[in-house]
Amino acid sequence: MNAAAMMLIGVFLGLLLLCVKPVGLYMARVFEGRPGWPLRAGASIERRIYRICGIDPEAGMGWKHYALALLMFNLLGAAAVYALQRLQVWLPLNPQKFANLAADSAFNTAVSFITNTNWQGYSGESAMSYLTQMAGLAVQNFLSAATGIVVAIALIRGLARHSAATIGNFWVDVTRATLYILLPVALLLALVLVSQGVIQNFSAYKDVTTVEARTQTLPMGPIASQESIKELGTNGGGFLNANSAHPYENPNALTNFLEMLAILIIPAGLTYTFGRMVGDTRQGWAVLAAMGILFVALLAITVHSEQQGNPLIAQLGVDQTASASQSGGNMEGKETRFGIAASALFATITTATSCGAVNAMHDSFTPLGGLVPLFQMQLGEVVFGGVGTGIYSMLIFAIVGVFIAGLMIGRTPEYLGKKIEAFEMKMSSIAILVMPFIVLTGTAIAVSVDAGRAGVANPGAHGFSEILYAFSSAGNNNGSAFAGISANTPFYNVALALTMWLGRFWPIVAVLAIAGSLAAKKRIPVSEGTMPTHGVTFVILLIGTVLLVGALTFVPALALGPVVEHLIVWKTP
Amino acid sequence: MTRRKPALFDPSLLAAAALDALRKLDPRVQWRNPVMFVVYIGSILTTALWAQALAGHGEAPAWFIFNVALWLWFTVLFANLAEALAEGRSKAQAAALRGMKQSVQAKKLANPADRTTVAQVRADELRRGDVVLIEAGDYVPADGEVIAGAASVDESAITGESAPVIRESGGDFSAVTGGTRVLSDWIIVRVTVNPGETFLDRMIAMVESARRQKTPNEIALTILLVALTLVFLLATATLLPYSLYSVAVAKSGTPITITALIALLVCLIPTTIGALLSAIGVAGMSRMLQANVIATSGRAVEAAGDVDVLLLDKTGTITLGNRQAAAFIPAAGVTEEELADASQLASLADETPEGRSIVVLAKQRFQLRERDLAALNAIFVPFSAHTRMSGVNVGARQIRKGAADAIEKQIAAFGQGFPRAVLATVQEVARRGSTPLIVSDGARALGIIELKDIVKGGIRERFGELRRMGIRTIMITGDNPLTAAAIAAEAGVDSFLAEATPEAKLKLIREHQGQGRLVAMTGDGTNDAPALAQADVAVAMNTGTQAAKEAGNMVDLDSNPTKLIEVVETGKQMLMTRGALTTFSIANDIAKYFAIIPAAFVTTYPQLNALNVMHLASPYSAILSAVIFNALIIVFLIPLALKGVRYRALGAASLLRRNLLVYGLGGILVPFAGIKLVDLGLVVTHLV
Repeated sequence: MNAAAMMLIGVFLGLLLLCVKPVGLYMARVFEGRPGWPLRAGASIERRIYRICGIDPEAGMGWKHYALALLMFNLLGAAAVYALQRLQVWLPLNPQKFANLAADSAFNTAVSFITNTNWQGYSGESAMSYLTQMAGLAVQNFLSAATGIVVAIALIRGLARHSAATIGNFWVDVTRATLYILLPVALLLALVLVSQGVIQNFSAYKDVTTVEARTQTLPMGPIASQESIKELGTNGGGFLNANSAHPYENPNALTNFLEMLAILIIPAGLTYTFGRMVGDTRQGWAVLAAMGILFVALLAITVHSEQQGNPLIAQLGVDQTASASQSGGNMEGKETRFGIAASALFATITTATSCGAVNAMHDSFTPLGGLVPLFQMQLGEVVFGGVGTGIYSMLIFAIVGVFIAGLMIGRTPEYLGKKIEAFEMKMSSIAILVMPFIVLTGTAIAVSVDAGRAGVANPGAHGFSEILYAFSSAGNNNGSAFAGISANTPFYNVALALTMWLGRFWPIVAVLAIAGSLAAKKRIPVSEGTMPTHGVTFVILLIGTVLLVGALTFVPALALGPVVEHLIVWKTP
Repeated sequence: MTRRKPALFDPSLLAAAALDALRKLDPRVQWRNPVMFVVYIGSILTTALWAQALAGHGEAPAWFIFNVALWLWFTVLFANLAEALAEGRSKAQAAALRGMKQSVQAKKLANPADRTTVAQVRADELRRGDVVLIEAGDYVPADGEVIAGAASVDESAITGESAPVIRESGGDFSAVTGGTRVLSDWIIVRVTVNPGETFLDRMIAMVESARRQKTPNEIALTILLVALTLVFLLATATLLPYSLYSVAVAKSGTPITITALIALLVCLIPTTIGALLSAIGVAGMSRMLQANVIATSGRAVEAAGDVDVLLLDKTGTITLGNRQAAAFIPAAGVTEEELADASQLASLADETPEGRSIVVLAKQRFQLRERDLAALNAIFVPFSAHTRMSGVNVGARQIRKGAADAIEKQIAAFGQGFPRAVLATVQEVARRGSTPLIVSDGARALGIIELKDIVKGGIRERFGELRRMGIRTIMITGDNPLTAAAIAAEAGVDSFLAEATPEAKLKLIREHQGQGRLVAMTGDGTNDAPALAQADVAVAMNTGTQAAKEAGNMVDLDSNPTKLIEVVETGKQMLMTRGALTTFSIANDIAKYFAIIPAAFVTTYPQLNALNVMHLASPYSAILSAVIFNALIIVFLIPLALKGVRYRALGAASLLRRNLLVYGLGGILVPFAGIKLVDLGLVVTHLV
């Protein structure tokens, strides 16, 4: 890793760390019902929303009620997005007169956006009207992010409360997450992006004459408003097909830096929110430390692999060394305005969280550089993870880790004073099992049927990686793609939509069940005999659990994809 | 019952266990253990594949499939053996208990008031409510309550304690246990249980684990193990299509064989803990039994590990059963030796432990020899409830010793007042937790003998250990708060409950439970029963009443209240053993991947041989080595499962660090060495 890369990463992580406490504290206040002076104005809006929707903000919900409300809310969201896509030709704000989308593609996209996946089988600038983008996709960017956050908050409440029958009110939580957290920050970020050249208009596409005297059509649209929430809500679905590699979405190094920060700020901040709400901030820092260590280690592998370049290209006499005039390394599929470090960092961030936005083509990464994004998703999106999903998935791993290790100190395992018993283990197992189940079987089906094999562009181990990546991305609600695979086919649209749906809501229900069960339990007071869950040992234990479960599940598959690819590339004389 | 601790691999037990292991191959038995059931199915499948290979249609050489199948069957058998061994030890203990169930004749009384007309009936015909007469030499035919008479009873068969105990009607010593023997006198007993429900019957049933149910933690762990098994089932099953695809696109090699997939699956699923889990549970109960504690359920043993608060009776647990003389404090104008001399005289005929201790102290301090009362013409005045003092009359001297108010009365009878200075000393002595005994000679108060509760040696250190384990100790005593506080401070308990009544005890337990703590206590009296029933771990003394034994969830045959600490340790040990073996089992998988993955796919992608970090001889030997290691490790860990991981009184943090290092890191490293060794062995013996 060269000095410039180290500096970028150092400054980035330093700034992120500085944001964790204020952001986390603010979110804790929001969900404790006291958002503070900046947003007192929101109170009247909030009240009006509750009045119109007939919601009693004081009524608590048990976990089943909470889960049902969440599922209905998202089902309605899916129906709305589906309808907009199927009717857009007759609706306003469609200057390019884009036709209605096919049923399978619309279904895939609807599921993709409500699940916070933002897997995109379509190409934004040549298929979606402005209305569909704004009222359908961007709205779900907010609501799916809010859904993730409230599940995390419900689980945190389960840990914080004791002998309680309820875990909060879904409608209140989702309103507050949107109104006080996502909307204001997204607005601020959108303004900054516009100032840097990200476009925001409703104009028809422009035909311009290039210096070569050819005509080029430039897409237009309300991009900034969608770009900001795309990162902030770890959604990742670009307005344009090229996503954050496109200058209209991500024009310069500053916007790139801010977008990366926006992706991580809520997932990282939620660790502090967690510590704060359970009454011991050390607990939150420990979880953050585990996430941070995993992140830095994996990031180092990506940056190093990309900077090393590709030996096959080196054989052709191409200079891949870094110098003052070039960033060197493997530049295939990367934007020169970002270079190796900012592309590798972006790729690591976008797959560490469940964002999936890209500023470079992951398909063109070196085998190991591409293995990291793939492996991060397969870890279950817990290295920071998506907004909300990251912390709640990590807490599930903590529960499993504590269960095994807790036994080793000779007590019935407990986490934050809550006994981990059969019900929690059952639900944790479900939450953790679902993802490998759908990713592995999905991949198995895809490589076995013609419809699945048909879309693969690259033969050999890399083709296998592409399919595995697609299902890992969908199953973990990431949404990034290894490109190179033509996924807008009925087979992939339907298979991936199902994968996304199950990968999102099955674990959510299990997590809420755990929240409910934990909330009802008594809290055991801390003593010398209690296993501490804030020290170095716990951090190591947590990292170990995540790596072991992830590695044991996916190592055979990875061995047949990126690992063998790496060995082939580097062993070939 | 046998006191002998059965050796771990007693040859006779081993032979029986080996037979049992074969018997357990019944699918209905296997089905109960989901992890091992997968191995069982794998064994059957590979055996079928071997048969197919023999027929000439094999996917791999027949000798290879045969060896994999053979070792998979061994894996199943080793798991069965572990369980059979644990059960065998318990069965041996149960057989010893059953030996006590003698078919005895009982003398049934038609009318409890009339003990002359008896009907001879068989003991197993007695029903609850029947009344029997038991005379010297008779066996007690069933558990019951003494309603008349008193007798000395030999309970060594149950307790191992050879000194006979007194059983009499009323009070806390009225319970008799079937199988014990009356040595002298007679008692009339009302039978309290029906045949088959006696204490002995329940003990046998428990020990035989006939009614052994999975404990809550065992269930939770099983769920995790099943989940892991499913994940690995998935990871290996999907490898077949992946392999087929890879072969198709790489256009080289052959797809992975079913045999290799089954081998991989069995190596990955947590067979080590799956095989030993039930053995650990059985062994936990059996370890309790070796400590002479009968747990009425596995749940109770497990709960013992979670205990946060120990309620300990002061007398017998924290202090020696009785008070002892610690100092002579003379009144003004009296020398200490004078006081000691009078005290010794007053105590010579006093056979109570307190009296003996006074004589001993006088001898220690002033070399005062015991004198012959008869030679002195002394007349012993025994203690009476009326005067509440004792002493001797030697000629005209009337030497007495007793509580302050009793002696005050005695002195007042001589028309004298009680000296204020002595009264002040009395209060001071009481304040430091001791009992003041006043000695008077006629109208003169000579001084005070300080009787002290003697805190048991080493108990302070024991409580320190408990504190490090995160367990609070609370002393329960009937003493006044002053006395209690002084002893509590000396013994180093965390807290105490003075002037304890059964209601106060119950309230204390409920309070702690309300705060989420688990409470353990011991008790023997009927008035302890409500508190015993409320406590999470309740150890009833075997000498205690039937009510106490019914209310508790463990019975201590030795009736040694200090054993509560051992009970807690045994509970912790059981949980620790489970955790350690689970961690070890999962950590093992890393090395197994490195052995099997390159071996399984090397025909498609020869480059994968770079992952063969152990440099195993060939793909076949790699797979076989992993399978053999996986089977053998079960056998190596059987002793650990039966004996349990050693418990150390460390804080949770250091204990966790230690065990993570040993079983986590160890679990990662050991199989690398183990698999390599097996591989070397296979090469040397030309098996591959």
